[in-house]
Amino acid sequence: MLSFEPGKFAGTALEPGVRLGFDLVQISQVANSINHFGVAFKSRLFTQDELTYAEQSNAFFVDRLAARFAAKEAVIKALSLSEAGINWRDIEVFKDHDGDCGIVLHGRVAELADAAGLSNLLLSLSHDGDYAGAFVTAVFAARH
Amino acid sequence: MEKAELGIRNVLQQHGRLNQDVSLLDVQTDLYQSGLTSHASVNVMLALEGLFDIEFPDHMLKRNVFSSIDSIRSALTSLTSTA
Repeated sequence: MLSFEPGKFAGTALEPGVRLGFDLVQISQVANSINHFGVAFKSRLFTQDELTYAEQSNAFFVDRLAARFAAKEAVIKALSLSEAGINWRDIEVFKDHDGDCGIVLHGRVAELADAAGLSNLLLSLSHDGDYAGAFVTAVFAARH
Repeated sequence: MEKAELGIRNVLQQHGRLNQDVSLLDVQTDLYQSGLTSHASVNVMLALEGLFDIEFPDHMLKRNVFSSIDSIRSALTSLTSTA
């Protein structure tokens, strides 16, 4: 059984195995944040590609951003980055050609994940009604 | 009550979505245990940036920084003293 101590990550290698992260976001609250903070909220949290994808649908614009924010928080939990001091845009959700969503890490988050021995990061997104959720599985390989 | 603490309490009242009366919170009270979510903490951060005309750098975007009125005040002090 893997131990989990929030904030203990700090770029050090984690034990081989699987770690999970989950986050749930209220879509109407994300809409409120966008209305209140506007560009400051969007540009602080999301990459241009994420915003471009979300903007392709007026009906699901906020839902998509809410799901992506949930995904970023789920990654932070799975990688135990809550005390690492990271940029949300270094965790990017993308959608591939067959419709599946995935995560690509950039910058310092990518460096920390590599130092921890991350070998794979899997994502599942969902939204229904006023809630969007994300489930992340982080796989850490044994290092030889 | 000092100006910074009053500003922090006002921001928490407006954006923190806490399950307690912000005016009654001790400065050491754990805000996450008081209902602060990760999303609400982003709103609090952005509101503080607007109110105090500062910007939280990436290295300060930690759960602990927003865990209490006191920790937020310390962060603001470090940011305004280096501005």
